[in-house]
Amino acid sequence: MSQFELHPVFGHAGAVLGFAQSNLFMIIAALLTLGLLWVGMRPRAMVPGRLQSAAEMAYEAVMSMCVDTIGPEGRGFFPFVFTLFFFILFGNLLGVWPYDFTFTSHIVVTLALTLVVFFLSTGVGLYYHKLHFFGYFVPQGVPLALLPLLVPIEVLSYLSRIISLSVRLFANMMAGHVMLEVFGAFVVLLAGAGIIFWIPSALSEAVLIALIGFEILVATLQAYVFAILTCIYLHDAVHLH
Amino acid sequence: MSDDPGDDEGPSFEERLRAARNRQGLDAPPKAPGLSPGDFGPSPWGIGLRVGVELVSALVVAVAIGYGLSLLFGARPLFIAVFVLLGGAAGVLNVWRIFAPGDDKWMQKRARRGNKDRGGAGINH
Repeated sequence: MSQFELHPVFGHAGAVLGFAQSNLFMIIAALLTLGLLWVGMRPRAMVPGRLQSAAEMAYEAVMSMCVDTIGPEGRGFFPFVFTLFFFILFGNLLGVWPYDFTFTSHIVVTLALTLVVFFLSTGVGLYYHKLHFFGYFVPQGVPLALLPLLVPIEVLSYLSRIISLSVRLFANMMAGHVMLEVFGAFVVLLAGAGIIFWIPSALSEAVLIALIGFEILVATLQAYVFAILTCIYLHDAVHLH
Repeated sequence: MSDDPGDDEGPSFEERLRAARNRQGLDAPPKAPGLSPGDFGPSPWGIGLRVGVELVSALVVAVAIGYGLSLLFGARPLFIAVFVLLGGAAGVLNVWRIFAPGDDKWMQKRARRGNKDRGGAGINH
């Protein structure tokens, strides 16, 4: 699975700094996000062109996601959710492009993003509710005798967000790219095995094309799911349930 | 044109625009916070993966904590055994939250009613 291996880029300087292609594509994803907004919004036209429409729609979609999910307080979290969504979206979509590296297929990257979300939402909960935040782990309307059992379950459920959020993105991206590699190998190996294998090879190629379309869907969907789950966690932190 | 802002003879432009958009079905209906299972993709694989990840992630966290506590207190199997059970329950709780997002309010209402009824004539269903 050479597509997931990290290699230093920019020669000796990259090797010394530990600057791998993963880091390079993170910077490219960030630059693409900035480019979409900067180049798209430069005309400031009353009737927007295509790129300006895309930038405005992106802004409105994420803003409505924040406000609808978190509530009026969601406006304050918009910059964070927008950055997160587009960083992941461009990271996922860049990976579908041939020869590009998918940095979201590494669990260390998704885990780091998840830890940021986790600590932010916990911090927001503590900021808004001070010590009442810990009431989040006490289910309402439960007999006192059951609390020693239910509070640890709630705490574990809360902590499991770190794993579930990071593994979901990582597993989806890695599984898709493994499938692409497997079917790509089928195409080449079957085509080289003789003329009678050309039809199975062509069928594998058809599956590969469908898989690339599916990957684009998964890339977008997983970025959306990560962003909306971030909003839901922030909603829980702001409103406690 | 009678677009005088002081002219108070009907709903504002924003309200009329919203009403027109609702009539045409252009705006999505307001959604309660929470993900429906369908948000994870058109296929049952997406839902299956989501449920699997939720179950396993709670178990992983629980086993890690149980293992850490066992090492700390030198009681190897005890804490792991307890936390495996708690982690399994937490995983089921996670799955419950995905598939019954609207039921939290129902549970709260039921709990309030139960508290009220506890001093009275018992729980009525």
